[in-house]
Amino acid sequence: MSTRRDFMGMALGGFTALGAVGGLYAAKRTWDPLPSVKAAGFTTLDLKDYKEGELVTEKWRGKPIFVLKQTKEMMAKATEKDKKRLIEVDGAHYMVCVGLCTHLGCIPGYRKDTQDFLCACHGGMYDATADVTKAPPPRGLDIPPFKLNGTKIALGVTGPEYEKMLADGTTLRV
Amino acid sequence: MARIENAKSIGEWLDQRLAVQTLKRVLQTEYWIPKNINFLWAMGMVLAATFGILLVSGIFLLMYYNPSTDLAFDSVNYTIMTEVGYGWLWRHIHGVGASLVFLIIYIHMFTGIYYGSYKKGRELIWLSGMLLYVLFSAEAFSGYMLPWGQMSYWAGMVITNLFSGGSLHADGLVEWIRGDYVPAQAFLSRFFMLHVLLLPLVIIGAIVFHFGTLRIPHVNNQDGEDFDFNEAAELYKNGQKKESKVIPFSPVFLSKDVFVMGIYFVLFFYLVFYHFEFAMDPVNFDPADGLKTPTHIYPEWYFLWSYEVLRPFSTNVGLIAFAIAQVIFFTIPFLDRSPNVAPANRRGLFHLWFWAMLVDMLVLTFMGKLPPQGIWSTIGLVAALVFFALWIALPIITKSEKKL
Repeated sequence: MSTRRDFMGMALGGFTALGAVGGLYAAKRTWDPLPSVKAAGFTTLDLKDYKEGELVTEKWRGKPIFVLKQTKEMMAKATEKDKKRLIEVDGAHYMVCVGLCTHLGCIPGYRKDTQDFLCACHGGMYDATADVTKAPPPRGLDIPPFKLNGTKIALGVTGPEYEKMLADGTTLRV
Repeated sequence: MARIENAKSIGEWLDQRLAVQTLKRVLQTEYWIPKNINFLWAMGMVLAATFGILLVSGIFLLMYYNPSTDLAFDSVNYTIMTEVGYGWLWRHIHGVGASLVFLIIYIHMFTGIYYGSYKKGRELIWLSGMLLYVLFSAEAFSGYMLPWGQMSYWAGMVITNLFSGGSLHADGLVEWIRGDYVPAQAFLSRFFMLHVLLLPLVIIGAIVFHFGTLRIPHVNNQDGEDFDFNEAAELYKNGQKKESKVIPFSPVFLSKDVFVMGIYFVLFFYLVFYHFEFAMDPVNFDPADGLKTPTHIYPEWYFLWSYEVLRPFSTNVGLIAFAIAQVIFFTIPFLDRSPNVAPANRRGLFHLWFWAMLVDMLVLTFMGKLPPQGIWSTIGLVAALVFFALWIALPIITKSEKKL
C-alpha cells in the first residue's frame, strides 16, 4: 500500500505549509516602512514665529502641516467644540493640523477672504479651526501628536495636551 | 522511446520530437468557431494584440526609465522624450495603448452582456474575463505612478487612502501599502516592480486561463444558438463547408480577426502620431509635489464611472458603493435568472436594462470628469443611484422573462 508515499506527501506538504507561512510573514515585513523612514518622523516648530491670520504650511513625515495663529475675529466665531481643537501658548491660540483632507487625503486650499478651507477634490469644507463644515469629509483635519516645550512644539511625540485631545475625541490618532 | 526516423523536412523533424502537427490541429485547424458572428467577436484578438504592443513598447521604455523619486520624472520627460532616439514613439504607443485597451475591454464586456455570453456553461469565461479587467486596472494604476508627476503622486495618495476603510481608520494598512507615511521612494519602487514584473506575469497567466475557459463551452454566436459542434466540425472536415455552422480558428477565423485588427490599428497609430495628447494629462507634466494638490483631481477616463459612484456620498457610504461597483460585474452570470441565451433585443425588459446600464455608465463617466459642483453633483448622484437600482432590478426582470 501507499502508506509510505502518504507519509512522504504529508511530510513535504507540512514543511511546505510551514515555509509558506514563514514566507508570507517575511513578505509582510519587507513591505513595512523602513526603520529609517520611521526615525525621520519628528519635526520641531517654534510657535512664536507665526503671524495672526496667516496660514503657514510646514512638513512632517512628508505630509503638509497647517499652522494658523487665530485672529480675534476667528476666536469670536469659534464654538466651544472648535476651541478644543486649538493649542494655547502664551495666551495665543494656534490651529496645528495635518493638511490632508480626512476624506481621501487631498490638500484643502485656504481661502483668505472667507477664512476657511475648501478641498477641490470632492468639495469638502473646513472652518478656521479646521473643523469640518461640509461633507464628504467625516471629521475635521487630524491633529498630529505633539508635545509643548515653552513656545516650541515637537510633532511626532505625544504630550499631555495631545492625550487630552485623544481622550475627549477632538482628534483621532495620526 | 518514441519512434524517431530520418526526417524528410524540418517540420517532420519537429513533429517527431514535439508533436507540432497535433498541437497545430488542437489549437488552430480544429479549434472551431461559429460562422454566425460579427466583427465584435474579433475584440478578443484585438485585445491580445494590444497587450503585445504594450509589452514591446514597455520593454523599450524600461531601458531608460529610472524608478527613483529624484530621477523618474526627468527620465521620462527629458531622457526618453527628448534624448532617446524614438523614445517618444514608445511612450506615446504605451500611453495610447493603455487607454485603448480599456476601450476595447469595455466593448468586449458589453458584447458579452448583450449576447448573453456568460450563461449556461460560459460562466468561467465571464469570471476569468472580469479577473483580467481587475488585473488590467491594477496594471494601469501602477503604471500611472511611474512618471512621478503631480497626477501620479495625488492619484497614489487618494487611491491608497481608500484602503483606510473610512471610519475603520486603518492608517497602518495604508502606511504598509506605501512603505512610508506618504507616497515616497518605497512606494515608487514597489509599484514599479508590480507594473513591470508581477502584474504582467499574472496577466499572461490569466489570459491563458481565459482562452482555456473558451475551449469546452465554445464561443457564443449572434443568436445564442446551441448546436452540436462535433457534428458541424465533421461536416466541415468532409468538405461540406457551406452546410457546416463552424469554421476553423486558424487560418479562417483569424483572417477575419486580422481584417478588424487592420482597421483598429489604423485608428491606433493615427492616435499615436496625431492625437497622443488625449492619453497624456497636462497636470502630470508637473513634477510630484507632496505639499500642493492639483486643483482638480480625476482619474483617467476608464476609471471615471466608478470614481463617480464614490464621489457623491459621504466617506463610508461612498467607499462601500465604490467597492460594490468594482466587483458587481462579476455577479452578472448569477444575477441574470433567465434561461435564455439570446441577444438582448429578443429578451424584452432586459433589452431596456442593457441600454439603461450602458447610458448610465456613460453619464457617470462624463460627470466624473466635471467638478463636483451644483447641477453636476446632482446628476452624478442620480446616475450613481440608478446604477445600483439597475443591479437590484436585474434578477427581478430576468426571472419574469418569458422562455424563448
